[in-house]
Amino acid sequence: MPTLTYRDALNQALREEMQRDPNVFLMGEEVGVYQGAYKVSRGLLEEFGPQRIVDTPIAELGFAGIGVGAAMGGLRPVIEFMTWNFAILALDQIVNSAAKMLYMSGGQIPMPIVFRGPNGAALQLGSQHSQAWESWVSHIPGLKVVAPATPADAKGLLKAAIRDNNPVIVLEGEMLYNIKGDVPDGEHLVPIGRADLKREGKDVTLICHSKTLTVAQKAADQLAEQDVSAEVLDLRSLRPLDDEAILQSVRKTNRAVVVEEGWPHAGIGAQIVDLIQREAFDDLDAPVQRVHQADVPMPYNKHLERAAKASPEKVVAAARRVLYLD
Amino acid sequence: MATKVHMEALSPTMEEGRLVKWNKKEGDPVKSGETLAEVETDKAVMELVARADGQLLKIEVKEGTTVPVGNVVAWIGKPGEKVDGDGAGAPAKQPGNEKRETGNVATAPAPAPKPAPQQIPQPAAAPADATRVKASPLARRIANDSGVDLKLLQGSGPGGRVIKRDVESAPARPAAAGAATTYPVSRVPSPVVRTGVPYEDVPLTQIRKTIAKRLAASIGPVPHFFLTTEIDMERAADAREAINKQLGEQGGKISFNDIIIKAVALALVQHRACNAWFQDDHIRYWNEVHIGMAVAIEDGLITPVIRNADQKSLRDISAESRELAGRARNRRLKPEEYTGGTFSISNLGMFDIEHFTAVINPPEAGIIAIGSIVPQAVPDGEGDHVVVRRRMKLTMSCDHRVIDGATGAAFLRTLKQMLENPLAMLL
Repeated sequence: MPTLTYRDALNQALREEMQRDPNVFLMGEEVGVYQGAYKVSRGLLEEFGPQRIVDTPIAELGFAGIGVGAAMGGLRPVIEFMTWNFAILALDQIVNSAAKMLYMSGGQIPMPIVFRGPNGAALQLGSQHSQAWESWVSHIPGLKVVAPATPADAKGLLKAAIRDNNPVIVLEGEMLYNIKGDVPDGEHLVPIGRADLKREGKDVTLICHSKTLTVAQKAADQLAEQDVSAEVLDLRSLRPLDDEAILQSVRKTNRAVVVEEGWPHAGIGAQIVDLIQREAFDDLDAPVQRVHQADVPMPYNKHLERAAKASPEKVVAAARRVLYLD
Repeated sequence: MATKVHMEALSPTMEEGRLVKWNKKEGDPVKSGETLAEVETDKAVMELVARADGQLLKIEVKEGTTVPVGNVVAWIGKPGEKVDGDGAGAPAKQPGNEKRETGNVATAPAPAPKPAPQQIPQPAAAPADATRVKASPLARRIANDSGVDLKLLQGSGPGGRVIKRDVESAPARPAAAGAATTYPVSRVPSPVVRTGVPYEDVPLTQIRKTIAKRLAASIGPVPHFFLTTEIDMERAADAREAINKQLGEQGGKISFNDIIIKAVALALVQHRACNAWFQDDHIRYWNEVHIGMAVAIEDGLITPVIRNADQKSLRDISAESRELAGRARNRRLKPEEYTGGTFSISNLGMFDIEHFTAVINPPEAGIIAIGSIVPQAVPDGEGDHVVVRRRMKLTMSCDHRVIDGATGAAFLRTLKQMLENPLAMLL
């Protein structure tokens, strides 16, 4: 199985889907001539031409709206945001048009559109450019939300998103684009709504997605040195959520720590804690703990930024708390 | 760190326990599961077992002391290990662990070099619900499935939460629960002993406390029950006639009431269990018999007391009761003359009431209601013939916190024997 970067896995997914279906096209800032702000669309302009790889002005609301209109007309647009921080400007089209179209047209107008781009913090981009929006978008009925953490999942989920007849939000990560991993050739689809057990364990479940998978895996390594066997569950999809996978793991380990990039208040972790307490109450040996970004705008200062982010050390500490080890 | 030994809830309703006996001394080696002490619960005497291995470092609670569930009674640890309570003589607080499931550790008394805390915590510090166990949902489920009693476990989680590992490491349900040593029902010597001490205070046993609380909650502050018996007064009537004839012109005739007062007093001497006061946390068993005698007065009733009625002659009783009743009607009684009774009698026989029940005069534990003496057709001794006899019904009201049915019945049997065979009073 070839080893690819996350970036190239996405590129492969786009290329394969555009080859397979002439209705698929990519639109966004710098996706064509510049080959993509993060080079995800490298080589695509050359292969598919400017009709299907469309450079836009810096006007997120405008090109998101063009995408919604194209989807209404029967095309399958992929809208790239240079980052999800800029997608705030396009939220009216995402939330009010894309998410509601099928419902408000009485099922007549499907909305096969993908909105994708890097989400969350990278390194020292300042508070306006370091935000994790998954709880915002996951809140909206009508949207599907995926947040792949590995190159293989990035390919499989983007392909599934493009083929889905509903608007799908694909949350990537600037810090993820360079990570490498085995990626199956050709037809590799990851079903939306299916979590993945990235590491088996018996003492505690670390529930994560996107960049926090790495955090959770490092924490699991450290916990293993302390004779704690941690299970790492990668959600992959945030809406729909794989309730069954979460519950199955918690019923096995009786303890959970939810790790996310975003802020704590009304975050993804809160939703998962709700699920667990509601459906697995009698299996819990300890209250579920959460690890998340500090409840502040992301600091620019390097040390403060590091301190504000979810880290393996914080996850280890939370795991020890649910295990009553401290 | 040394492990605390807590007063455990050894029965579902237990809120405090009396440390009856330490089976181990300070310095003795102990093993988890071994019996450390015998504890009297509200139901029985149970074994308090060690939950850790080591040495019994320190005993915090002396034998005979009652402490709330959850209090530290001792420490187990490695030989020489310091315990938190050292010097202070109080159950020490340990961060994060001071609240067990039962919620409290006794508030430390002012630091004083006392060997053990005997104070029961102020009500404010008492747990709201001493029997509530904090346990994780999982621990609760496992305990339920495996029949482990969570109350017997010491939680190792925050705030004493019982967690999975506590349930899994719990010893199999202790056999002690079934093999509880039964405690002698009564430690109260039956007859009155004239020792010069007017009374003896006996602490309420746990079972007595529970009876008191439950029955009081059931029918009011003084939980009454009633025992009725019918007494053949033929011989008493004959005796009374003979005595009165002998007294003749000296005056001061003996009434049935006087005879009954004397008989009741003598019967009480044999049944001290009914000659008692209920005193919240103890029962006062009187070694003197002071009979209160209900007297109707213009706007109510009052109960003048005939002191040491058991030691007085019928004539003295007669004179005293007549004199007291007279002054009662004139409202001339001094407080000390209508207080301090140990048992009361209420007689409505002269009003032709055949049978009634009287309300106990607290803190006394009993009162007898006397009905009228009426001729009745009853089978004779052989049961072959019907004969007419003078008979009287009397009903004793008992405070169930002090007197149980059988106790009251035994007293009434003695009383009945005395009234039916007045000569027995001379014994």
